Order: sequence, then C-alpha cells, then structure tokens
Amino acid sequence: MPLRKMATLVPGEPLIAFQDVHIGFDTGDVLNGISFEVWPAETKILLGETGSGKTLIMKMAAGLLRPDAGRVWVMGQDLGAMSETDLLDFRRHIGFVFQEGALFDSLTVAENVAFRLREEDFAEEEIETRVREVLRFVEMEPAIEKYPGELSGGMRRRVSIARALVDRPPLVFYDSPTAGLDPVTSQTIITLILRGRDLQGVTSMLATHRVQDAFGLARFRFDDKAGRVIRIDPTTAAVQPRRSNGEGAGASPTNLLVLREGRSYFEGTAEEFLHSPDDYLKTFLASAE
Amino acid sequence: MPDPSETPSLLSAIGDGLKRQVLGVQQYALLSAQAVANIFTPPTYWFDTLEQMDLIGVGSLLIVIVAFLSIGGVLVLQTAAEFQRFGETATTGDAVSLALVRELGPAITALLVAGRNASGIASEIGSMIVTEQVDAMRALGTDPTRKLVTPRVVAMVLVMPLLVAVADFVGLVGGFIVAYFTLRLGAVQFWTRAIDILDFGDLVQGTVKPLIFGFIISTIACHKGLRVTGGTEGVGRATTSAVVVSSVWMLIIDLFLAKILLYLFQK
Repeated sequence: MPLRKMATLVPGEPLIAFQDVHIGFDTGDVLNGISFEVWPAETKILLGETGSGKTLIMKMAAGLLRPDAGRVWVMGQDLGAMSETDLLDFRRHIGFVFQEGALFDSLTVAENVAFRLREEDFAEEEIETRVREVLRFVEMEPAIEKYPGELSGGMRRRVSIARALVDRPPLVFYDSPTAGLDPVTSQTIITLILRGRDLQGVTSMLATHRVQDAFGLARFRFDDKAGRVIRIDPTTAAVQPRRSNGEGAGASPTNLLVLREGRSYFEGTAEEFLHSPDDYLKTFLASAE
Repeated sequence: MPDPSETPSLLSAIGDGLKRQVLGVQQYALLSAQAVANIFTPPTYWFDTLEQMDLIGVGSLLIVIVAFLSIGGVLVLQTAAEFQRFGETATTGDAVSLALVRELGPAITALLVAGRNASGIASEIGSMIVTEQVDAMRALGTDPTRKLVTPRVVAMVLVMPLLVAVADFVGLVGGFIVAYFTLRLGAVQFWTRAIDILDFGDLVQGTVKPLIFGFIISTIACHKGLRVTGGTEGVGRATTSAVVVSSVWMLIIDLFLAKILLYLFQK
C-alpha cells in the first residue's frame, strides 16, 4: 500500500501540510490563510471556540472538503489535485472519529467496526478477529451485538474510535471526541487516544475546545507494561518526534494550534501555551478551572 | 414611492434563486448519471439492492393490492351506468382492462410508491447526512452514491413493473367482483374481453412507464435526501419535497410518454 508506506517512510517531510488555506460559506470566510504542518507520530491539537473552523480543517485534511484557496498536502498527496475516486482510495488509509460518533444506525457495533474490512474484502475469520481485538482495545467487546441506539454517548465515541482504528491507519483525526461528555467519560476517551498514540504509533489531529484534553495528551503517556496512564517526565523525553516547526528531537510529541478569527493564533507546546502571557490564551485556561 | 435600493436586491434575489435551481438540476443530472454508471463498474452492492427490492416491492404490495381492488371496483361502478344505457355492459371488461394497463396501473402505482418510498428514501438518506453518517461512509473510503443511491434506483426500477403487473391484475379482480354482483357479468365474459382487448402496444405502455417512473421517483428521492441542510427540520422539508416533486414530475412525464407510446403503436 504505497500511501501507507509514505506515511512512515518519507524522512524529513511532514505528514500533513496546510499552505495558506482559505475556506468560506454564504455567511463569510471561516478560515483566512491557515498554514501549519503535522509531523509523523505528532499529535496536533486544534484548539478554538465553536465555529472557529476546527472541524473544517479536519475535513479538509481528510479530503472530505476542498479549500477555496491554498493547498493541503497529506502523506505526500496534494488533495486538491485528486479526483473523488482517488480520494476514496486515499481515505482508506486514514481514520476519522466524528463528533457524535456517526455510527451507522442500521448496523450493529460489530458491523459498524467491520464496515471498512468488509469493503476491502477481508476474510470473515480475519474480520472477526480484528473486530474483537479492537473492541477489546476500547473496552466495548460486551456490546458487540448491540445497535448504536442502545449505547450511551461515551460508548458510541468508543465504538467510533474502534471503527477508525480497526484497519490500523497511520493517521487518525478526532473531531471533538469529548464534546458533550461528562469528565469521567472524557478522561476515558483521552486515555484511548493516548493508547492509540503510544501503543500503535498513530499520528493524530484532535479538534477540541477543552484545554483539559490538550494537557491530558501532552502531559501523559500510556505505559504498556504498567497497563495505565503515567505522567511524562519532561527531562527524559528521549524518543520524541520533531516539532511542527521541524526542529530536532526532544521536543513534545503533542503540539497545540489555537485558532482565532480564521487564523492561526498560537502554535507551540502545552507548556509554552501554559506560560504564555497572552490574555486570549488565558481565557482557555480560565475556562478549565 | 418604491425605494430604489430594493430593485437590485430583488433582482439579485431572483438571480440567486434561479442559480440555485440550475445548480439543483445540474446536481440531479450528475447524480442520476453517476447512479447508472455505477451499475457497470465494481463494486456492486447486490445485497443492498435485494434488501431495497424487499423494502420497496414487498413493502408496497399490501397498499397496492388494497388500492387497486377498490380502483377496479370503482371503475366498473362508474362506467356501468353508461354502458347499461347503451346495452353494452359486456364491454365493461374492455374498459377496465384498457384503463388499468395503459394508464391507471402505472400512474397510480407510481403515486403510491412515491408516497410510501420516496419519503422513506429521502428521510433515511437525509438523516444520514444530518448525523454525518454519509461523511463517515466517505471517510471509510466508500462512495455513498454507489452504496446508497444505485441500489435504491436499481431496486425501484426493477420492482415497479412487477408492482404494476400485480396492480393491473388485482384491479381487474376488483372490477370483476363488482361487475359480477352489479351487472351479473360472467367470469368468462369479463376475463375474455379484458384480455382480448389488450395488444402488444398496451403491454409495452404498461411496462415502459413503470420503469421510467421508478427511475424518476428513486433519483429525485435520493437527490433530495443527499441535499438536506438545516438539521432535522431540513429532513422534514426534503421528505415532503421528495414526494411532491417526484409525483408532479412523474405525471408531467406521463403525459409526454403516453403521446410518444401511442404514436409509436399507431393508436
């Protein structure tokens, strides 16, 4: 699968690159020249108020929307130059978790998770194994035969994460995965994203308006041996990827991009965000208290 | 005195409305062409097509049977008085048969199917749009036109002639029952005349029309469903619009189709 190889085998190149991207609707422009990069194994958190264009960025990066101007490169592909047929093929190599889960109502949990595998003509035994494995990963195996309508909001998100991860994509988009959930369930979802990142090496973009999600991902990692989430010691961050500005190893694998009025307002690590004197950034911290 | 500033805004509003209509027609044409083109290239969702045939065909069977039993009976009641005046009650079978096979069978079945299934298709696809299930399908690398539209179009085009055949037969049964009890027409007399009056051209009309009506209803319903905007309220609007637009277009096209087919068969 050439696209998948590109995701991990192109050294020195970002996995995602937005170059002066604009998009707008009847009501006016939403994004006015966004540029940023996401590097392999990085978790990029898009932080912004409702309507700031976070979901639009995610959908453009997944080829679900086309920008009005500018270019979007993902895994070495210029998405604006691709036909819808090529984009369908491209999307088989990414995972996308929608805000409300977007599970297919008429299919069971197992059928939802197996959807992509069936489309790709996997053998039924292989599908069964993979579906059970990924549902165990998100701790939803007991609900395998249930329909989405029988699940709570948090359970639906977990199944949606399982559906996105079942084919082990190298790149996963999470669109407001904790929106509307209680704090405990939100923490469970963040833990699952940490497990995906730390156990499967997934590169990800996560849209949120909750600064707690950003700090949860930036300050913690999932320890496979301990079987739980532990706090990252910043002094021993030895195997971290490059930062989004391309600088060398040792930096945080989790970086924030704050959106404001259609533009990139801040880009940096969680610690830089925390210690910034900027008043607008402080409003996010105040809202989390 | 009219405010001069209103003139350009009115014109631009009309212009925008026209542009939206033209865009809608273009999107409908592209969707219809794509739905047909998908039949000839893999992957083809045969199971989904069979499932839709069951939902549309078997699901509509009861209302078609009940409706046409009544329609056949009413046709006899309405025509019997006139035929009795001329002492031609024996020709009742001819009238019922021609009316059903040429026109009422295809047109009324299409209206019933539009009422039941165009609304169902538009609301189902519209709900999937609102809850991002169609986007999720695209994100999983599956073409929604291929997975959702083509099976519904193929299913409806295939089951419509079958439903019309059932409708025609049931309508004749209804007509016969009423003719037997009110006009004292015998079974042999009624059925022989009802069958003998039909020729090849009538059967072609009775088959071609439902094929075309099925295509119109299913493509308009899918188009309305896929263009839903504005949440659940938009789903309601699309559902109503799907039934109204597909029914009206079906009747308009029926007029031209009837003329063309009558001309082709020298009637």
